Amino acid sequence: MDTSICQKGDLIMKQYETVIGLEVHVELATKTKIFCGCKTDFGAAPNTHVCPICTGMPGSLPILNKQVVEFALRAGLALNCQINQFCKFDRKNYFYPDNPQNYQISQLYLPICHDGYVELETAAGTKRIGIHEIHMEEDAGKLVHDEWTDSSLVDYNRSGVPLIEIVSEPDMRSADEVIQYLEHLQSTMQYLGVSDCRLQEGSMRADVNLSVREVGSPVFGTRTEMKNLNSFKAIAHAIEGERERQIELLEDGRAVVQETRRWDDNKESSHAMRSKEDAKDYRYFPDPDLPPIDISDAWIASIRAAQPELKKAKSRRYQSEYGLSAYDADILTGDKALAELFESTIKAGAAPKKAANWLTGETLRLLKEKESEASKITFTAEHLASLIALLEKSVINNQTAKDVFAVMFETDVDPAAYVEEHGLKMESDSGLLEETVKKILDANPKAVGELKEGKDKVIGFLMGQVMKEMKGKANPSQVSEMIHKLVQE
Amino acid sequence: MKILELSATELAKKIKAGEITSEEAVKASLAQIAKEDQKIRAYLTVDEEKVLARAKEVDDGIRSGKYTGPLAGVPIAVKDNICTKDMRTTCASKILENFVPFYDATAVTRITDAGMVILGKTNMDEFAMGSTTETSAFAVTKNPWDTEHVPGGSSGGSCAAVAAGECFAALGSDTGGSIRQPSSYCGVTGIKPTYGTVSRFGLVAYASSLDQIGPIGKNAADCAALLEIITSHDEKDSTSMERKDTDFTSAIGKDIRGMKIGIPKEYLSDGLDDDVRAAVEQCAAYLKECGAEVEYFDLGLMEYTIPAYYVIAAAEASSNLERFDGVKYGYRAKEYEGLHDMYKRSRSEGFGPEVKRRIMLGSFVLSSGYYDAYYLKALKVRALIKKAFDEAFAKYDIILGPAAPTAAPTIGTSLSDPMKMYLSDIYTVAVNLAGLPGLTVPCSINEKGLPIGVQLLGDCFREKTLFTAASAIENVRGGWTLPFARKETLS
Repeated sequence: MDTSICQKGDLIMKQYETVIGLEVHVELATKTKIFCGCKTDFGAAPNTHVCPICTGMPGSLPILNKQVVEFALRAGLALNCQINQFCKFDRKNYFYPDNPQNYQISQLYLPICHDGYVELETAAGTKRIGIHEIHMEEDAGKLVHDEWTDSSLVDYNRSGVPLIEIVSEPDMRSADEVIQYLEHLQSTMQYLGVSDCRLQEGSMRADVNLSVREVGSPVFGTRTEMKNLNSFKAIAHAIEGERERQIELLEDGRAVVQETRRWDDNKESSHAMRSKEDAKDYRYFPDPDLPPIDISDAWIASIRAAQPELKKAKSRRYQSEYGLSAYDADILTGDKALAELFESTIKAGAAPKKAANWLTGETLRLLKEKESEASKITFTAEHLASLIALLEKSVINNQTAKDVFAVMFETDVDPAAYVEEHGLKMESDSGLLEETVKKILDANPKAVGELKEGKDKVIGFLMGQVMKEMKGKANPSQVSEMIHKLVQE
Repeated sequence: MKILELSATELAKKIKAGEITSEEAVKASLAQIAKEDQKIRAYLTVDEEKVLARAKEVDDGIRSGKYTGPLAGVPIAVKDNICTKDMRTTCASKILENFVPFYDATAVTRITDAGMVILGKTNMDEFAMGSTTETSAFAVTKNPWDTEHVPGGSSGGSCAAVAAGECFAALGSDTGGSIRQPSSYCGVTGIKPTYGTVSRFGLVAYASSLDQIGPIGKNAADCAALLEIITSHDEKDSTSMERKDTDFTSAIGKDIRGMKIGIPKEYLSDGLDDDVRAAVEQCAAYLKECGAEVEYFDLGLMEYTIPAYYVIAAAEASSNLERFDGVKYGYRAKEYEGLHDMYKRSRSEGFGPEVKRRIMLGSFVLSSGYYDAYYLKALKVRALIKKAFDEAFAKYDIILGPAAPTAAPTIGTSLSDPMKMYLSDIYTVAVNLAGLPGLTVPCSINEKGLPIGVQLLGDCFREKTLFTAASAIENVRGGWTLPFARKETLS
């Protein structure tokens, strides 16, 4: 439990507990929109992925994209939810230009999933965060203010892109838990292939409901809702800031007002958008254009059977099956793309531990350096496996492997061909090696003397000289052996 | 031979036989429109040039074998809440005055593919809200039988156009009687099909769970042929159904001996005019003459029908009409300060009083704190009404009743008392709540010379039974001459 101690002067005042619930919007990765055949592609020219349906033209009617239901079911089952096998769409009525019909098709009365949970590993052990419900809905368009003409324009490309909203119970008590919960959702949705869940691009959006109460109080305090949180950092800061703001109000004997607040990332503070008194009456009612959805037992069973292995199970398997450390297994499974590459590399013949080392080591180092991410990796698993094989068979040495990998990372060259082409194979000619070692030993009598006295440190220097002479193409263990042999002679 | 007096099916046969061309039929219709429509005001849009070009194309298509359907070449009118590509679709509202869709409603695609020629778009109550066609923002349509009287509504323009010989058939839409009631007032035949039979794609929604497009014609056979054309299982409408047994024309002229007809006692008690009661009794007599069994029974729930209908229809309308906001298309106020004011002014200036009344009513019944008391309760009543009909149709093949409590009222007498106008929908709205098919067939003419139709209700998917009974009534009733044909005969 995250508690804080408020101090006024030297007097310890009260201890407060933060209570947090989240509403997370996840943009589904369907090819077409939820109620029409328009594409969902991001970044197209304004109003090019539109039709009478997603622009609210008179007489148009919504047609449900079944894939959306399938994705919502996948998400719900992965989050341990109950399924409403008879579920309906409702209309949420409000006027705003980004919403072409002036109602959003959503679910209020019978959402597709309810009563699920997520398990988090906390210092105090496993903690369950309840999922109140998951419902399906359509996204709105985008308003763009045109400074030049001082008017607003609207782009309906995003109008009708499918979303699910995952509503948690108020079970979280700290920013840490919130971040962990969100990371869990993110990874789960990615593994399910349901969404790419990028906060920055808006394919995952989290609204934070937060209240504080005195530790031990049986009732919740008045909550506020915070919007416009575009990164984990913003979420953590917003939670800290809001918690302090509410405690300060209470300490001053003032009340927290139930309101919606907007987080400003630049100012690192939030301001009130609207209070409960201004809350709109959305006049929800069942959408008469869309018949209720009947979800059969067979459909649920087939989705359940086809659910992919999720992060936690995968990490456990990597440890037991491949003998990876928990640390490496967690890193590999932390990103679906990385885990997939890992598994393909093994399939291509690489030893699991070697593959894991390359992916958690050089790969992540280069990704970080280039500010990229695993899903954007261009080299193939086959090439990585082939590189590992070249190293294992001592065709190349470690340093050469790293150099080749760096090239491969950029342009996905075939490492075997590249090594051949650039003459990077280690010299297997023992005559040449002996000759070179002799030459270096002759040139460094002082070092040879030290080595004879048992100062082993100097071997590194000698080896470096040999490698340099042989342009890095020597097998280090052979070099070391040869030095020892010749020194003793 | 007077082309205009032919029924749609007769005309199509002659076109097919090469006796008449579609172009001739279209020219005759256009001439009639030119002659009569200044007075009747059935149409909001007629583009002669386009229509004539289309007629020529259709004639070519018929010759080349592209158009072979039973109504190929027939000129048809389309209600102005059904989207027509490149042709203004206004819903008789200022807010859509200059709206030109870039897509066809599925029903329009169907009639076009069948080689029919769309003459133009017909007047209606604004957004189909009204029972007289007087709430149109552009014109008041007159009843061709007596221009002092309304044609009924909301498909008043379509029904008047058929009655005035300004087209051979028409498409209307029916949310609470908007095909059946004006069909009765105008002495034409019209059917609201089972919910889900005709795609709603391209029909500008009033109340989505109640709206259906349906045919209006000179007789049952024409309506059956047209319904056969527009029936479709459309992937663009999730509420459209895959139906079997849609060869509606095969039902015309079949024997009705042994058919069981029930007349709800409540339908003939207080609140309807004697001439209407007489028409229903007359019709019952016709059916008996053909060998059907007619009896009276208690349907029940009559007093809950109107409130349930107006709560549900208004609730859906309040949401459906939100998209008309001045942002994307349609009317935008000339002057405004900021977004909120733009919405407010555009909608205040763009919508007429009846539409505003229903938007307010609908917004109220959906608002938090009232939803359960009004909207949910109305849904429960709706389920009970469906159940009552289910029980009735376990005993009867057809329920017979009035289409409206009166013949067509005089212009200017209805809108001043909206409550009374709403109550006059008593015989038609239950059908929409229960999703059933309902057909109006002309039965008699009252002392004032106004036509009165009766309504035949069937169980879901039983349109064929209705067509059989309607054609039986036509046979016994004898020839039915529409007002334009009378005048022509007289002059």
